[in-house]
Amino acid sequence: MSDSPSLRHITRDGLWDNNVVLGQMLGLCPTMAVTSSATNGLGMGLATTAVLVLSNVLISALRAWVVDAVRIPVFIVLIAGLVTLVDISMNAWFHDLYKVLGIFIALIVVNCAVLGRAEAFASRHPVSLAALDGLVTGVGFTVALVAMGAVREITGAGTLFANAHLLLGQHFAFLETKVLPADTGALYMILPPGGFLVLGLLIAGRRWLQKQIDKRTADVAVAAAAH
Amino acid sequence: MSADRLTSAHWYPGLSLGVVMLATTAILALGQAGTADRIAQAVADDSRQQLEQILPAGYADNNLLADTLTLAGPDGQPLVVHRASKQGVLRAVLYEMSGHGYGGRIVLLMAVDTDGRIVGVRVTRHNETPGLGDRIEVARNDWIRAFDGKSLQQPTPAHWSVKKDGGDFDQFAGATITPRAVVGIVRQGLEFFVAHRDELLGQTGGQQEKRS
Repeated sequence: MSDSPSLRHITRDGLWDNNVVLGQMLGLCPTMAVTSSATNGLGMGLATTAVLVLSNVLISALRAWVVDAVRIPVFIVLIAGLVTLVDISMNAWFHDLYKVLGIFIALIVVNCAVLGRAEAFASRHPVSLAALDGLVTGVGFTVALVAMGAVREITGAGTLFANAHLLLGQHFAFLETKVLPADTGALYMILPPGGFLVLGLLIAGRRWLQKQIDKRTADVAVAAAAH
Repeated sequence: MSADRLTSAHWYPGLSLGVVMLATTAILALGQAGTADRIAQAVADDSRQQLEQILPAGYADNNLLADTLTLAGPDGQPLVVHRASKQGVLRAVLYEMSGHGYGGRIVLLMAVDTDGRIVGVRVTRHNETPGLGDRIEVARNDWIRAFDGKSLQQPTPAHWSVKKDGGDFDQFAGATITPRAVVGIVRQGLEFFVAHRDELLGQTGGQQEKRS
């Protein structure tokens, strides 16, 4: 198997270089579907992060016993089983939270990012690294979703983190802000076209930023070589 | 290593997949069995809360889930009616009404008192546009409370529509279809009450009979 990547590398990869949404462009179906507000993006991100960590750990722990020929169906069965288990446990023990997050949980099964991390990382690395990879991939996903939800919500509805108290409890009601006066938003931003538009702009923005960083490091290298 | 020999056996892939499936199914079956009661309980709590939150505090003291009767609704489907009473006296009936909005079916739960006046209306399910039509939810806007105290006498049937159509109820800027649909459903609910008044208010349920 390949050498263990450094913790730094895993973190950087999950958050920026190979950010699921903005870099690898995986899991776009739930991304488009739920990011009509920042709060929804946050809910989906948190639920996905939990599933990513659990599935990465489970698949990494079983990796010695899973042979190549049947690995994909094994991963799918394990992930679907895990998500279903999370779904019914939350429904039973955290029913109020479930009423808010419930619609997202079922969508996680179709998020190819979970299977993607199982295949690309968890099945080749030890449990601890797989857990970290699941965590940072999930955080990267959450950040992308919240960013997308925030842009769409501000431009479309003029609010930010509206109804956050339904997800996080009354203590977080302070997050709810009105950015623009009521009814001045461009409604299409929270409808499907806005999803495509904002996703495209965010991906372009990430690449532009990456180019600036690359250019700067290249300049530094040239300057260093000239000395 | 023996593990390597095991995993390279020709029967291993099929068998391992089978074992994973069996184990997953078994765990899910256990999980389902272990949570079914709690989930049923939570869902029952939910519907009781939903029924109670529409009534003012202290409005009724009976078990709304237990005191029910079933009538044929306006669409011909059976309609479950919950009856709210205090100290054995029937005060209001609660039932669901539905109709079509902008994005699909809108389901409302409404409570009507014995004089045919609305005690409260809440939207329980809808598919309206987020940030626009969803202002019919009480969590997002107080608009739905405008129906409290209204009846088919007050305002008159001609005024049971949104202001844009010459009625008494506000529409939302940029969304007329959703409020228009809700006003129509509430009005249909009141018409249902008038048409079935005797059945709805007639022979009261177990509680009152026991007391008399």
